[in-house]
Amino acid sequence: MKLQEIKRTALVALWFMFLTFPILVIKVNTITQTIDWRWNTMIFLGIGTFVGGLVWRWALARRKSPATAPVAKVVTAETAPKVGLKAKLTSPALRIPFIAAGLLLVVVFPLLASLYQTNVMITALIYVMLALGLNIVIGLGGMLHLGYIAFFAVGAYTYGILFRFFDIGFWVALPIAAVMSTLAGVLLALPVLRLRGDYLAIVTLGFAEIVRIVLNNATELSGGPAGIRGIPRPILAGITMNLATVSVYIYYIIILAVALTIFIVWRFENSRIGRALVAMGEDDIAAEAMGIDITRVKLTAFALGSFLAGVAGVIFASRTTFINPASFTVWQSIIVLSCVVLGGMGSIPGVILGALGLILIPEYLRAFADYRMLIFGAVLVLMMVFRPGGIIQKKRKAYTFDASVLEEKV
Amino acid sequence: MDFEYFFRLFFSGLTRGSIYALLALGYTMVYGIIKLINFAHGEIYMIGAFTALIMATVFSFAGLPAVAILILSSLIAMIYSSAYGYTVEKLAYKSLRQAPRLSVLISAIGMSLFLQNYVLLAQTSNFLPFPNLLPQFQITGFFQGILTSSQLIIFATTGIVMVILTILIKYTTIGKSMRATSQDRIMATLVGINVNKVISATFIIGSFTAALGGTLISSFTGQINFYVGFIAGIKAFVAAVLGGIGSIPGAVLGSLVLGMTEAYAAGYISSVYEDVFAFVILVLILIFKPSGLLGRPETQKV
Repeated sequence: MKLQEIKRTALVALWFMFLTFPILVIKVNTITQTIDWRWNTMIFLGIGTFVGGLVWRWALARRKSPATAPVAKVVTAETAPKVGLKAKLTSPALRIPFIAAGLLLVVVFPLLASLYQTNVMITALIYVMLALGLNIVIGLGGMLHLGYIAFFAVGAYTYGILFRFFDIGFWVALPIAAVMSTLAGVLLALPVLRLRGDYLAIVTLGFAEIVRIVLNNATELSGGPAGIRGIPRPILAGITMNLATVSVYIYYIIILAVALTIFIVWRFENSRIGRALVAMGEDDIAAEAMGIDITRVKLTAFALGSFLAGVAGVIFASRTTFINPASFTVWQSIIVLSCVVLGGMGSIPGVILGALGLILIPEYLRAFADYRMLIFGAVLVLMMVFRPGGIIQKKRKAYTFDASVLEEKV
Repeated sequence: MDFEYFFRLFFSGLTRGSIYALLALGYTMVYGIIKLINFAHGEIYMIGAFTALIMATVFSFAGLPAVAILILSSLIAMIYSSAYGYTVEKLAYKSLRQAPRLSVLISAIGMSLFLQNYVLLAQTSNFLPFPNLLPQFQITGFFQGILTSSQLIIFATTGIVMVILTILIKYTTIGKSMRATSQDRIMATLVGINVNKVISATFIIGSFTAALGGTLISSFTGQINFYVGFIAGIKAFVAAVLGGIGSIPGAVLGSLVLGMTEAYAAGYISSVYEDVFAFVILVLILIFKPSGLLGRPETQKV
């Protein structure tokens, strides 16, 4: 690193110290009429931004140099013989035992872990399901959907309201809620079919806000801000279970749901309509010119995404037994978005890893709980700047062209 | 029909509209030039309001006269907001100029989330009382009891800013460069315009007016918290779309229409669903007239 760059970074650090001066240093208390000057935060920030700035510069320089030949890199990665630890870990001989061990761990997890651990895992898995659903719309379709949590809310509230008025249980409510949220998805998709990019983001965000405001105010139906409490947990063949057992039961339900989701998304991705969706996400005009029915593709993506969110919503309601509109704010949508973006848009293992990471890590690092949303924000920006493909980048099916075939003929 | 109530709603709508206009300008100018909804713009407005509050409190402890407090704190707020706007662009958008639109949008949302939580952690999550900095005087004649002096100051300030901005965009070099860049960025580069500077200038000007709006409205409503920017930002964006995004007179017209609609809808229909109207208007305008009231219809480039 050159001296000039270090000098520049120091200037940037000074700039940030200036920038954050009023908000970070001065804290006024308008009631007791006192001012708190926190100079130490300024010094920490200066050091922090200096180090961060050096890393940023290094990362930007690194991003620029290999990015000039991304195609060549992919080809060499595919064709070059795999050596080293990474190749050994991904070799087919090891893959099967790895997957088997993973599956075994997933199955026995609730039997080994405490009730608290199981509950944390259930929450994380609900987010995995949401992230996989949102991944269909964002990762494959390239449509920024900021109202995804509304469908989660529709699912949860359908169960809540069915229970409240008709005393309907989990297993009956599940399909009804799934249908309701799918319908809500189609209902949203119809007016936004013509919109793209930015407008779509704002309209979906607005839709989610409308759903939340309506839930907040339709007190007779939804219980208003107080929500609905006492929602029953699922019942297995008429047996009443204690809290620990029922949590394990919910864990298996969500595991099953996640497994089904993975299967659905995986099959969808490689289906005709899934590939049409990917094509549309890349260039909708070109896709339309190739004869893809954009309307149908968009509707399917929204419907499928909403369906998954609705199912997740019912499971969520049955786990917490209490729902209110505060659980379904725009920021919840953005947490799900962060999971998808961090993990890797369009990549199933990436999205799963992203959701597990973003939900589990803050749960165990309680000391940083306050910084959770701050870090999510930073993650979104940093991922977009340095690694837009996410942690595990989507692998596209590629057909390599063997030039030697041509030469032989000539 | 109660005319006094009608007129009070009218001015209340005009006040809202003026503030939306100050915010919407930033959206529409940024959109015009880099085709991005700057989600963090609402946060810039909130930071402006917070800076003004902090500075006003510090100055009032120092015992400055009220007019000096008003001018100094709003000036510092505007300078700081511009600095934030400039930095946000450099950090979150500049290196994504060539990236897909989706990446920039996500980056913008991340920035918005980051700034909100930054203020939340550095300051407080509670509502802070905002001192009324605007000078009070008696309004006599027909409008007595309908129009307050604060409202009058807000209209006047907004009007002056609009005139200055129009002159800036129409007649100055930077204004011409901005218009050229918004028409065709590559062509603008070819004729020797420093596009990076133009984009920075756009962010600075937009943040400047946003901070002014933030200070004025916070003074008027008397309280702020870290969340005020988000909804205000979205509504201002709706206003910009309503007027025709990319068009500056459109942003002003859209803001006034939105402000009025909200005021009358809240006054005559239901105040609970106040926030819903903005989104309903947005969906309707996007379906029936996507180019907005004064916007040019956008042709799809292939």
